This record gives sequence, structure tokens and C-alpha cells, in this order.
Amino acid sequence: MTETSNWLAACRVEDAVENGGVCVKNGEEQIALFYFKRRNEWFATQNECPHRKQMALSRGMIGSTTDEPKVACPFHKKTFSLHTGECLSGDECGAIKTYPVKIDNGVVYIGKYPK
Amino acid sequence: MKKAQIIVIGNGMVGYKFCEKLKSKSESFDLIVFGEECRRAYDRVHLSEYFNGKTAEDLSLSTATWYEEQNITLFLSNPIVKIDRDFKMVYAADGLSYAYDYLVFATGSAAFVPTIPGVEKDGVFVYRTIEDLELISEFAKKAKTGAVIGGGLLGLEAAKALIDLGIEQTHIIEFAPRLMPRQIDPAGSEMLKSKLADLGLKIHLNKNTTSIEGEEKIIAMQFSDDTKLEVDMLVISAGIKPRDELAKACGIEVGPRGGILVNEKMQTNDPSVFAIGECALYDGMIYGLIAPGYEMAEVLAANLCEGNKEFTGFDMSTKLKLIGIDVASFGDNFIDEPDCRTIIFENKHKGIYSRINVSNDGQHLLGGILIGDATAYNMLLQTVNNKIVLPENPEELIFGSRSGGDGVEGAGIVSLPDSALICSCEGVSKGDICGAVTNLNCENLDDIKKCTKAGTGCGGCIPMVKDLMVHTFKSQGKYIKNVICEHFNYSRQELFDLIHIHELKSYDEVLNEFGKNDGCEVCKPLVSSLLASLWNEMILKKGNDVAQDSNDRFLANIQKGGSYSVVPRVPGGEITPDKLIIIGEVAKKYNLYTKITGGQRIDMFGAHLNDLPVIWEELIAAGFESGHAYGKGLRTVKSCVGSTWCRFGLHDSVSYAIRIEERYRGIRAPHKFKSAVSGCIRECAEAQSKDFGIIATEKGWNLYVCGNGGSKPQHALLLATDLDSETCIKYIDRFLMFYIRTADPLTRTATWLNKMEGGIDYLRNVVINDSLGMAAQWEQEIENLISSYKCEWKEAVENPAIRKRFSHFVNAPEEKDPTIEFVDMRGQKRVAEWKTV
Repeated sequence: MTETSNWLAACRVEDAVENGGVCVKNGEEQIALFYFKRRNEWFATQNECPHRKQMALSRGMIGSTTDEPKVACPFHKKTFSLHTGECLSGDECGAIKTYPVKIDNGVVYIGKYPK
Repeated sequence: MKKAQIIVIGNGMVGYKFCEKLKSKSESFDLIVFGEECRRAYDRVHLSEYFNGKTAEDLSLSTATWYEEQNITLFLSNPIVKIDRDFKMVYAADGLSYAYDYLVFATGSAAFVPTIPGVEKDGVFVYRTIEDLELISEFAKKAKTGAVIGGGLLGLEAAKALIDLGIEQTHIIEFAPRLMPRQIDPAGSEMLKSKLADLGLKIHLNKNTTSIEGEEKIIAMQFSDDTKLEVDMLVISAGIKPRDELAKACGIEVGPRGGILVNEKMQTNDPSVFAIGECALYDGMIYGLIAPGYEMAEVLAANLCEGNKEFTGFDMSTKLKLIGIDVASFGDNFIDEPDCRTIIFENKHKGIYSRINVSNDGQHLLGGILIGDATAYNMLLQTVNNKIVLPENPEELIFGSRSGGDGVEGAGIVSLPDSALICSCEGVSKGDICGAVTNLNCENLDDIKKCTKAGTGCGGCIPMVKDLMVHTFKSQGKYIKNVICEHFNYSRQELFDLIHIHELKSYDEVLNEFGKNDGCEVCKPLVSSLLASLWNEMILKKGNDVAQDSNDRFLANIQKGGSYSVVPRVPGGEITPDKLIIIGEVAKKYNLYTKITGGQRIDMFGAHLNDLPVIWEELIAAGFESGHAYGKGLRTVKSCVGSTWCRFGLHDSVSYAIRIEERYRGIRAPHKFKSAVSGCIRECAEAQSKDFGIIATEKGWNLYVCGNGGSKPQHALLLATDLDSETCIKYIDRFLMFYIRTADPLTRTATWLNKMEGGIDYLRNVVINDSLGMAAQWEQEIENLISSYKCEWKEAVENPAIRKRFSHFVNAPEEKDPTIEFVDMRGQKRVAEWKTV
């Protein structure tokens, strides 16, 4: 398998929402892509919140706790680390999958396989 | 080295707790669990909540992936059928066999079914598992009358389930002369019985069922006193019997009346075989409660990890809410004179019965019973368990709780020793909780739950945990400032003034100037709300869109499944036939579920995110505007039809309601607020349940403020009487601005007033007499908000950059979220239930 086939061209940088998320279709799968402009970082996670199985994380607010970047599900405000996917709300929601992101020539690529 | 292999038979609450405890102590075991049911361990204590809309998944104790994450092999629907102790092997129903080093029985119990002729008939059920509940609930659809055999704790739970399922007449049949014979005395039983009867339950005591009549299906019950009761269904909940058959079959010793015999290490007569929970018999007793079961799990887990713990019996004190009625018993509840002195308080009017048993020397509390009001339970239990010396007048312990109990409860906490067990489910002491506050810097209940697990079991100790936390704060001299979150070290009111003075317009500017790090889901919507309250600019501009809460972000209410609902404003609830037709047409075109709201407008549910702009385009073209149902701001001004049509009406309430709704529409506040106008004292618009409500009088309008419906209803209080229309509006202007400026985040006007020193008199002084000298400024500020009002949906659909965000996929903007599912209900669609795993 070549290096390039492991990456999905998601969108252009200007299509992403600054300090927020968008949802990327990858076949049957949905991936939430976050452009954390304030930290100048990109993150990608599964779009489904494991708490109630809602396709919603891309519509959630992002932020940080101590220095850990996180996203809050719009449904019940369960929060997840954008780095590790771990649930930070302390009630054993289970972790979410996170994916690598790279920018090349103004295009955002998401790794097809979780970190 | 090969890890020792532990096999657990049974995946109930105690079996699960054992796995959790063992894994938290050691990684040196391989753990295999066999469950008979098809589900992961679930909360059997709160089983009846299944009928109140909780799903099987809600009741589950762990996430689907927990066992895997913990490296535990879990088999479901695969019971063990045989055990060979010589070879240390178990044989599962699927035909495979597994070797063990240690074997743990956590098989629990089954419902005890008395041998009554006819128990096998259709319509006769037991109440034990989710499957039982599903069968009961299916059958109840065609049943009108039902009975429960068993007036104990489980029987009453089952009776509640039948009520919840809509059974019109439910009977409770108890063999003993009183209800809950293990927990409460005859007088307590009488009180409970009369309270249950008030709820429509028919209670039959001293009744012995001799047969169940009917062909295939139950039609009646026959009793030994020659009476008969016709019923459509019957639930048997007459007790439990330990599941010891497997143990017995392989030669493990069991008690004469059932139960696997264990010693204080939970060990059976085979040193490598153990039993915990309701299947275990310790010192002649089966412990049918969750807390001792968890304690057994802890003892066994500790001992397997080379600890040295012993189970030496357990306090069987309980507090529960049965069909909304508090019932508690603690300590030695049945001890009687002359072995003690009893103090009994009975209030038949309120349905309260309290009994405390005091030692003959008056020094100590021995036990007691509480019916109808169990607020004093925690403190009384602690007084028993810690042998706290009683005050001179011990009756204050039960009377005190009626008057709020602050003095008694507060003083009580201080006198508890550090070893006092506060959370008996998780075995957390007072010292643990105070230590979590002092040493681990826990600052709220959630932190304490995380650090100590206190309050995560039955939840009964939570009020006491909170009191301990606050007490510890105070003793440390810690001042709890109401700061917003870790990013802003200010209160809402402070930040309001700062943003105002510095004229900041976006969340990022506010964060840069007065906050730190990156913000979060707490401060973002709060700051957004302040910006909106101050400047009333389009909330999705200047990068503020990503700082809005879920609903504000897309100007619609997100619903289960991820679709949205749409509510156009219908001021005062007045709408033309043409506009009604438009709503109907739009709803039809976009396949939306429609429902009339409580605020006299029409809610359209089930819109895809992608469809929102086109739906609104059509609504706006027909003269509608946003109803702000998604925002923390003015919702509706409800009205009765008033003097234009009604023969009792004094003034034109509809016109006044429309004027008020159009005046304050779109203004954002710390929380949503609602209003209503009634045209006469009959109050058809229910104005006294609103944040501000107006009622017509002969001479003008009466203005009421700070009422609330919702979970804690509160009547609005009269602020001023017989006002002319202009003065009334002036007062509302001032009232609203005062609220917007000073209320804590997400605080409704009722709570805001409850916290206000001086209460309604102070508020009246501020609003009417201008005691703060702010009236002129506030009136100017609200004028600015009113004059800058624009329909934000109109702005949204006309702005291509904002519109672009109303699509689900960034890389397939035309496609809607394919995971949203709808099902049919009464000729409309509804959203599919929360998905379970």
C-alpha cells in the first residue's frame, strides 16, 4: 500500500470552520474534523458520540481543560480529549477514535486509519 | 509466569462489581465471566425506571467496550451447566469447557414462586429481569386489572410498575398482617397502607392465595378465606431464592433453606471456590441488598490480591422511595419496650410516621423507622452507627428534620468521627470525603464522585456528601467565588461589566483580554449570551458561531437523532388562516412532524440540518420570523382571547400580548423567559406561572414577576397593581435589565429572586422606586436592544458564508446525514429511539 492511499483528501483549509468542527464523509463512515486555530492545531475524531450514539461531535464546541484540547458533544456535553479520544466527563462513556491530520498545499488530509 | 485464571459465574451487579474491584487492584489474573442473560450487567435496583423511559442501555452498569478494555472475557447467554471440581473445570452451555484456578459464584437469586395451583397460566409473571419486564409490559397492553403477590419491597416496586404501565386497578396481596414486614412495624405499615390507598392501590393483608383460576389464562385468584378476586394479570414478587443449584450439584455445601455456605472470606467448603451476593449464605443469612453484595465483592477481591479482609455481616438499614413515598428503616428497628424507649411521631394529615428507639439510659439511638419523610435518615443512621451521644431532647432528631433540619443536620456532621461510613454502597467514610476536598482539591460533587466513588451507587448519601464538602470548605476558610470556569476568574456579573466597558464584540476578544487558554463549553455560551445581551448583533458573525451553544449555533433546537425543530414566532398566539396553511404546507413539503406547543405556537420537528435555510426562506417569504425557541431569551407571550370576544374580558389581552412579544423578541438573557397576558381575573393565560405575567383589572393591569413552571413550579409574585399600559411596560423594561445584568448563568427569574437578599420587597424598590438610580440607564439600554432587533434567520439565509455551514458533510454538501432514522406514529413521523449497542 502506498503512502498516499492511506490519506483521505477531506476539504480545503478555507472550508473548515475556524475553532470549530465540520463533518467529513468517508464512505459509510463519518469523521469530525476540527481546526483549532487558536492553538494552530488540527484534529480528527469519529463523528459519533459514544454516549448516545449520535452523529454530532463535529457540531460540538471545542476548548481545553488544563492544557488538554477537547470537544463537547452538543447533546449532553460529554467531553472527549482531541489528543487521545479519552472521555473526560468521568462517567465511562468509552473513548472515541482519533485520526491523524496533515495539510498539504491548502488541502486537509485525514489518515484513514485511527491513531 | 502464567496468570491465575478466575472464572466468575454470573454477570449481575455483584459479579460486575467484583470484576471492577479486582481489576482496580491487580493485573495478575485472567478473568472469564459467564452470564446467563443476554445483556451486560445492569442496575436491577432501579429496574422499574425501565417503565419511565429508561432503556436497557441506560440501566447498564458498564459501556459495551469496558470488558474488552479491562481484558475480561465475557460470555453472554451462555450459562455454566456443569462443574468438575476434581479437574477444576467448568462446562458452558455452548459445549466448551474452561479450566479455573479460582471459581466465583455470583449467580444471584431467582424469584421465589410459591406452589399455588395455576401459577403456570398465561398472565402470571415474576419480576426480576429486563426480559420479565418486557413480557409484563407487552401483556399489560390488554389488561385492565392486575395483582401483585407480595407486599414487601420488591412487591411494591412491581405494583408501581403496573401503575406505570397504565393498569387501571392494581391489587397488592400480602400473606403477613402488614406491609414490608422486614422493615417496618404495624403502625408504620398502617401509614404506608393509607398513603398507597390514596394512590389508588388496593391492599389486601392476611390473604393466602390458594389457587389461580382460568383456562389457559388467569381470570381470578382464589383465597383461603373463600373470597375471590378477578384479575387480568398477576405478578409474583414474594421473595427471592438463591441460585445454588449448580453449586449443590457439584457437592458445594448449601444451607438447609438454600444459599451457598461461605465463611468470612466468602470461601465455600472448597478452598478455591467462592460465593458472593444473593447466592451466598453467611452466618445463616442471605443478604438481599446491594450494599452488602458490593462489600462481599470487595472482601473477595482484596483477599485474592493477598489482602486480609473479612465479611462480618452488614447493616441492613435501607432508605427508598416507593411510588413517591419515603420509607426507611435503620439500626435495630423492631426493638421494643422494655428493652428500649420508643419515641413515635405520627401525622396522619401529612402521612408521616417516625419512630426512634432510644437506649434506656437515654444516651444512644438504637434504630428506627421513617415513613413519608426520610430526610433525617442519613443523620439518624450515622447517630446509630457511631454511637453518638444523644441530645437532651432526642425527639428533636425527628422533629428537627421537618423544619429544614439545618441546625441539627449541620451540627451532626461535625460530631461524626472520620471513620463514619457515609456511602455504604462504595464503602466511603467521612474522612475519605473530607480528605478528597482538602488533599485532592475536589471542588464539586462530580470531583468527589470521581475521586472517591461516593454517591455513585444508590445515590442516597449525596445530600450528606454535599454537606460535608461545604463544611470542609468553610473549615478551611475557603471562599467559593462563583467564577465561570477555569478560563475566566470572574463572575458573570463582573464579566458583563468588563465586556461593556471595554466594548468587546467577539468571544475571542473577550478570551484574549480577560481569559486564558482556549475556553470551553461552559464559558463560550456564557460569553456569547453576554455579547448578545449587550450589543444584540447577529450571533453567528465575528467568529461567534463556534462559541454558541448547540441550539444557537444552528438557530434551531437539536433533537434526538440529530435533526432539528423549527418554531416561527406567533406573537400572542394570534395567527391567520393563511399563515396556518403556510405552516401546514411547509411541514408537508419537508416531511416534518407538527405539534402545538404550550406557548401557543406550532413546532415542526425532524428537519435535516441541510433543509433549515430553505425551510426558513419559505417561512420568511410568507411573513414569519424566528421564534427564538432555541435561544436563552424571550420565548412567547401567551394570551387569552380577551375583551374582543370574551364576555368576561376587561381589556384587549391579545393586542397587549402582541405588543409585549414584539417589544422583547430576540433579547437574550441568562436563561429563557416567558410571559402571558390575561384579560381578566379568571387568568386563562396562566400569567402567574410566567417570568412576568400581566392580568387585567377594572383599573388597568396587575404585574406579576418571577413565576416558573418547569420542574420546580413557583407562582409569580405581585409587583405592582392597576398600572396603565405604558407604566407596566416601563416596569418590565427595568425588571428585565436588572435580571439580565445580575442573574447567574442559566438562572431563571424565580431562582434569581429566591437568592436575592430582601426578596420581592427589594426588587419592588429597585424597579418602582429606582432605589439603585439605574432606571434611566436601563431604559436606554433596553431601547437600544429593541431598536437593533433583526430577525436572525432572515440574516442567516441572506448571508452565503453563514448559509454554507448548514450542511452535514463538508465534502458532500448536498447529502443529508444518512444515520437519522424516523419511524411512523399516529400518521406522522417520529424519531427512532436512542440507539442501543
